[in-house]
Amino acid sequence: MKLRDTLHLSLHTVASYRTRSLLIVLSIALGVAAVLVLTALGDGARRYVVGKFSSIGTNLIVVLPGRAETAGGFPGAVLAQTPRDLTLEDARFLGYLPQVKCYAPLNIGVAELAAASRLREVTVLGSTADLLPIRHMNLVQGSFLAQGAERSAQMILGAKLAQEFFPHGNAIGQRVRLGDRRFLVSGVLAIQGESMGFNSDELVIIPIDYAQALFNTSSLFRILVEARSRSDITSAKEAIRDILKRRHDGEDDVTVITQDAVLATFDRILRALTLGVAGIATISLAVAGILVMNVMLVAVSQRTSEIGLLKAIGAPSAAIRFLFFAEALWLSLAGAVIGFTLGQFGSLLIRLAYPQLPAWPPTWASIAGVTIAFVTGILASLLPAARAARLDPVKALGGK
Amino acid sequence: MGDQEVHALSEINLEIASGEYVSIMGPSGSGKTTLLNVIGLLDRPDSGRYELDGRDVTDLSETEQARVRREKIGFVFQSFHLVPRLTAAENVELPLMLAGIAPAERRARVDEALLGFDLCDRAQHRPAELSGGQRQRVAIARATILRPTALLADEPTGNLDHRIGAEVMALLEGLHHAGTTLILVTHDRELGARAHRHIAMRDGEIVTDEK
Repeated sequence: MKLRDTLHLSLHTVASYRTRSLLIVLSIALGVAAVLVLTALGDGARRYVVGKFSSIGTNLIVVLPGRAETAGGFPGAVLAQTPRDLTLEDARFLGYLPQVKCYAPLNIGVAELAAASRLREVTVLGSTADLLPIRHMNLVQGSFLAQGAERSAQMILGAKLAQEFFPHGNAIGQRVRLGDRRFLVSGVLAIQGESMGFNSDELVIIPIDYAQALFNTSSLFRILVEARSRSDITSAKEAIRDILKRRHDGEDDVTVITQDAVLATFDRILRALTLGVAGIATISLAVAGILVMNVMLVAVSQRTSEIGLLKAIGAPSAAIRFLFFAEALWLSLAGAVIGFTLGQFGSLLIRLAYPQLPAWPPTWASIAGVTIAFVTGILASLLPAARAARLDPVKALGGK
Repeated sequence: MGDQEVHALSEINLEIASGEYVSIMGPSGSGKTTLLNVIGLLDRPDSGRYELDGRDVTDLSETEQARVRREKIGFVFQSFHLVPRLTAAENVELPLMLAGIAPAERRARVDEALLGFDLCDRAQHRPAELSGGQRQRVAIARATILRPTALLADEPTGNLDHRIGAEVMALLEGLHHAGTTLILVTHDRELGARAHRHIAMRDGEIVTDEK
């Protein structure tokens, strides 16, 4: 029997048993779709987190006061000793390092903002001009903190605050009061939304020394450093630790985190998560495979006399085995194609519902889902096909 | 099922010449269908020899037996055994498909066979839409499409009324006249008597064999 005829005849059979075939195809399709949609979700989450994390800067190194005793992890929770303060002077020294492109010291606090007869508490960020490029922030109006002119009492408003306090868009040049000091609004930030639990739309930025005076402190919250290039990150990290250790009387009391390392950790965790959900979805494909086997075994016993007839008119066992095998192939093919379409469609729906989430099924998941559908379908057909081929034609024909 | 071996056939010594018209008769359980199955290579004797067309086919492999069956033997069954999903034309086409014949030639031969058996207007109907006589004609067309040397018919008129049965018999006898060996299994004496050679069986043995 020619391959073409086998494929044609088995397709004819599959099409004839419509309900049964539809159910099998549906079960396979749902399995494939589950693999695609779940991995799309997992990978979407990964890309979302990684994207957010990348958007806060490039080649970023964060220096924090204090040293975590445990290796890795965010300090703050487990600090082994009272840290020495990180000062503006420390930050200035980092600026001299050859691997460092620019740096921005950071202070953070909460103060009362009053303007245009409105009053609210806002998060205050004290920094320098370089914060804007380092954190990839954008202004919609005015100008950022002046370079080297930190003594001027400038203020940059977050997009939402500007909208709240000056709904007519006339924020620039307005006098506002922050705590007990007066500032001049010089710029408005572009809408950036929430990023790593930090809403830049609802904060104000003022020069670092005003912030230190406002909060009555001389220590820094963080120093953000941008390395010259990706390859400089490691040596910059070492140099920063080295220089701060020397400045701190030989005490290694700062924590230096690179954006790369954090990014890689998130990437690894979320990849593992995606693989995990893909594995769970694959189980549904295996279940579909068992259903295929079950239904095909029933089909073999229902079509016993037909198999007997095929043998009587000269079909060798191999031809009969191939016929059943080909049926499984068609069912798997239809299931895989429909499942793939369903999965892509489902991912599209997720993307429409959550535009921030880049829920695209990864290529490997599409390939794996379709391949596993084929493999399970074909494996499931082996036993029924063998049983059909082994049927004794006399007994098979006897079942009139 | 039990421990006791049942001998469906024993001591059979039979030679059928090419082009003969033989009827095998006997009560049910006499082994006549088993004999037909052995002749048709559907069943394998536990011992003994079977030569077909001058060739020992007893110990052929399963695949080779299937090939011999396809090329030399046509089966006609009491219950027709048509594939319900396929149309009359597709049922007739099945052996050609199994033999790996190209579609264009298949179509020509199927058309010719349907014409020969007066089934042209029924070609695209499924078995369920055909009458008993038409179904058996489709089955005979299928059995003879590869021009086998022997046609084995097991109660071919068993499910048909008398008049249609006679038509089917006339058809089979017509094929015999054209040179095909016809072996007919039946318990209908009247039908069996039409053959040129009568074999009577009882308890797995040939009782009489007369021409």
